Amino acid sequence: MPEASGPVGQDQAPVFEPKIVAFFCNWCTYLAADLAGTSRLRYAPNIRVVRVMCSGRVDPQFVLEAFAQGADGVLIGGCHPNDCHYQEGNYKALRRYHLLRRMLEQMGVEPERFRLEWISASEGERLRHVVNEMVEQVRALGPFRKCEQTEPVEEAAVR
Amino acid sequence: MKPKVAFYWCASCGGCEEAVVDLAEKVLDVVAAVDIVFWPVAMDFKRADVEAMPDGSIAAAFINGAIRTSEQEEMAKLLRRKAQLVIAFGACAQTGGVPGLANLYDRESLLKAVYSESPSTVNPEGTLPAQHYGTNGEALELPAFWERVRTLGQVIPVDYSIPGCPPTPKLLADAVAALLTGRLPEPGTVLAPDKALCEECPRRETKPEKLAIRQFRRPHEVLIETDKCLLAQGLLCLGPATRAGCEARCIEGNMPCTGCFGATSRVRDFGAKALSSIASLTGSNDEAEIIQILENIPDPAGTFYRYSLPAAPLPGKRLNGASAR
Repeated sequence: MPEASGPVGQDQAPVFEPKIVAFFCNWCTYLAADLAGTSRLRYAPNIRVVRVMCSGRVDPQFVLEAFAQGADGVLIGGCHPNDCHYQEGNYKALRRYHLLRRMLEQMGVEPERFRLEWISASEGERLRHVVNEMVEQVRALGPFRKCEQTEPVEEAAVR
Repeated sequence: MKPKVAFYWCASCGGCEEAVVDLAEKVLDVVAAVDIVFWPVAMDFKRADVEAMPDGSIAAAFINGAIRTSEQEEMAKLLRRKAQLVIAFGACAQTGGVPGLANLYDRESLLKAVYSESPSTVNPEGTLPAQHYGTNGEALELPAFWERVRTLGQVIPVDYSIPGCPPTPKLLADAVAALLTGRLPEPGTVLAPDKALCEECPRRETKPEKLAIRQFRRPHEVLIETDKCLLAQGLLCLGPATRAGCEARCIEGNMPCTGCFGATSRVRDFGAKALSSIASLTGSNDEAEIIQILENIPDPAGTFYRYSLPAAPLPGKRLNGASAR
């Protein structure tokens, strides 16, 4: 059953509002979000921004934990290649992203739920576009439910 | 009176039992110091014997194996009642182990793979194990085979863990000695050194300051040098992320570490951390090239969660559909 956190229309099923955890680097993407704010750009309110010093600080454990604790998607935002404040943190993020992306697919996590984007401090418009696009894609997928360690149903008697 | 000790096995391969036998002549010291009251692999005691013991009368129960069936859970709970201390013995009990990788599949496809699809299976009638079965007016009951593999700690409270696939005899001997002398650490402790394998690796000196792997190689694809850091040779060695205490046995055998000792106390999830550590070593900044280099790791979940999937934040493959259990 989808979570009913969205607005309820008359005689309509509630709209599913995805929760997306966004890890934004302090030097680029977080500033882009700031810029989007000061420029009064409107975008989907579904992201929960966590400011990190660098996209390279995003431990894959954070991503798994976010999904495990109820996130429907995870977005990592960092500086463009060659622009990292720490020289190569974004490259480490890129390397981890590609391996983690494949591992998440093995766990049944659709690729649209996990995204890495380079968004510089001047790209407020791009931030808006990426967030809106991802929210719509994840909304279309529905809520993420991790496999639970539930006890199984008793098997029906056979013969 | 000698303290009583029990050994039990759940979803496991028997290798952990082998670790006990591998105590060799030291097993005599153990037998001299403790009474083994239950050990299905080696001694003829039955479940009813354990049930008849007073609660808390066993000093320590060493349980190996993950929990997949109703019988395993019942035995774990029974031993929890009867024993003052429960020790998760080996990777499967501690974090799910290799049987835990079955969590990448659902129950039905596992049964299908084993009982009808595997090339060596001959099963024209399509017989599947049934929990309840009647034949000749007799009702037979088998343990329930559950949807998921769980760790021992997800089923009962566990006091200590001894890691490894299997644990070394030394760790077991040390644990028994600690039990006998009462010098036990904080509950919840993993009874092995709390540092990474690289720190006690015999090839430590040859590990480069900065590793940049251009090609991940599998052991059969390369003639492995015996005195050089395996990561420096492009082999996927999980030493940087894995707890020490194994005496670097695989390295001594010229094979890379596969991570059976799990994580140190500073890491929550072994698989994610091991993946992080290895991926960071990819020797390129070019996206297309990074993707191509990482393709040499064809099965990331099986590689990094080889021993710990049920203990992970995402403990298996997500089942499709909201109603799936």
